[in-house]
Amino acid sequence: MAELNAEHESHKLGMHTEQLAGRTQQVFFSPSADENFVYHDSIEVDFDKVAEIDAGPMEITDINLRIRELMKEGVGTINIKNPGAKHSLGVGILNRLNLNFEGSLGYFGCGLADGPNIRISGRVGWSCAENMMSGTIVVEKNAGSTFGAAMRGGDLVCKGDVGSRTGIDQKGGTIIVGGRAGAFNGFMMQRGRIIILGDAGKNLGDSMYDGTIYVGGKIADLGVDAVEGEITEGEAKWLEAKLSLYGMEAPNGVKNLTKIVAGKQLWNYDNLEPSEKKLVL
Amino acid sequence: MSNDIDHFINTDGLDSEREKTIGQHIGYRYDVNLVPDYERITPFLKKYMETMGWDDLNWLEDVHMGYEESRAAVFDRNINGWVTVPEEMKLPDNQQDRDMIARELLIKFQMSPNHPMVELNKAYAKF
Repeated sequence: MAELNAEHESHKLGMHTEQLAGRTQQVFFSPSADENFVYHDSIEVDFDKVAEIDAGPMEITDINLRIRELMKEGVGTINIKNPGAKHSLGVGILNRLNLNFEGSLGYFGCGLADGPNIRISGRVGWSCAENMMSGTIVVEKNAGSTFGAAMRGGDLVCKGDVGSRTGIDQKGGTIIVGGRAGAFNGFMMQRGRIIILGDAGKNLGDSMYDGTIYVGGKIADLGVDAVEGEITEGEAKWLEAKLSLYGMEAPNGVKNLTKIVAGKQLWNYDNLEPSEKKLVL
Repeated sequence: MSNDIDHFINTDGLDSEREKTIGQHIGYRYDVNLVPDYERITPFLKKYMETMGWDDLNWLEDVHMGYEESRAAVFDRNINGWVTVPEEMKLPDNQQDRDMIARELLIKFQMSPNHPMVELNKAYAKF
């Protein structure tokens, strides 16, 4: 910093005093603390304790409330029959839980999940697993658009085809698509991984900041700042293991997947923003 | 990105002309695309996976040892801030082992009754 010219325009704009980096939290925990693997306020459940909900005659809110009631009773595995493609089912579960839907879900299913393992035997509508934080979600058939939008962690799997904008604004986690994927997948993704075993539509990885996309089939075309990369030995090993967890495999082996990464030409974006903002003000 | 694992501890990380001009490092301070080497997993993390019913590290695959204010640190998405690693802790000489330590520390921090989210939850939780 000392060698910088203090006359530079950026100093006048206050860019060197504005806090753009992360905020540091002082350490106030013990690294040798007792083993505790769940959130402080999480509900203790037993995976072997099983219950069933017939969602057919129930309203959406009542179904979601019933899931919470069962969790409070210690039930760790919940099977939901007749979900009937209702919207927003299984949302906001921040706990260990096995949740099985026997049928299809509508829009925004299983959003904000932080911990549960969810299986859906049918299809899902738009924005399944939006803002997912952790856990696993497996969809046995097809999924609509914006699958895993703004996802931050965990594994999200669709064994069939997905619509467009899968993993839009993805900030972590792994999305696996067994079949084909529509246009603009990985649009503005910032980190995490998308694995598409079939063909990928137009503008793949458009404006991606970071993260990785792997494709087993044909790519219609790449978006702005998305470029091909090379798969490392470590990645190949990881891909093999990850796909096998869900009984899936790359069509011609993991080493023949096409890897897409950010060209990083757009990296100046968020450092320009403060100056633009101040000039406008 | 520099090949020196301690680059962001020993320097200010301002390498390019653009970074020097704006006084900020551009991009992440670690390789966000580095996938975990499961041969280096710790017993603590194995127990965590068992507890959660997961066959791999799940969301922790995206947790890495980062560097903030010239200190080793791990980013906690729940508070949107960096948790610095205790200074007395000796850091391994490779990123994979450092990442495993970061994952352990983050679990211990997030699950602690002293985590800031506990207070926020009491004040704002709807359920």
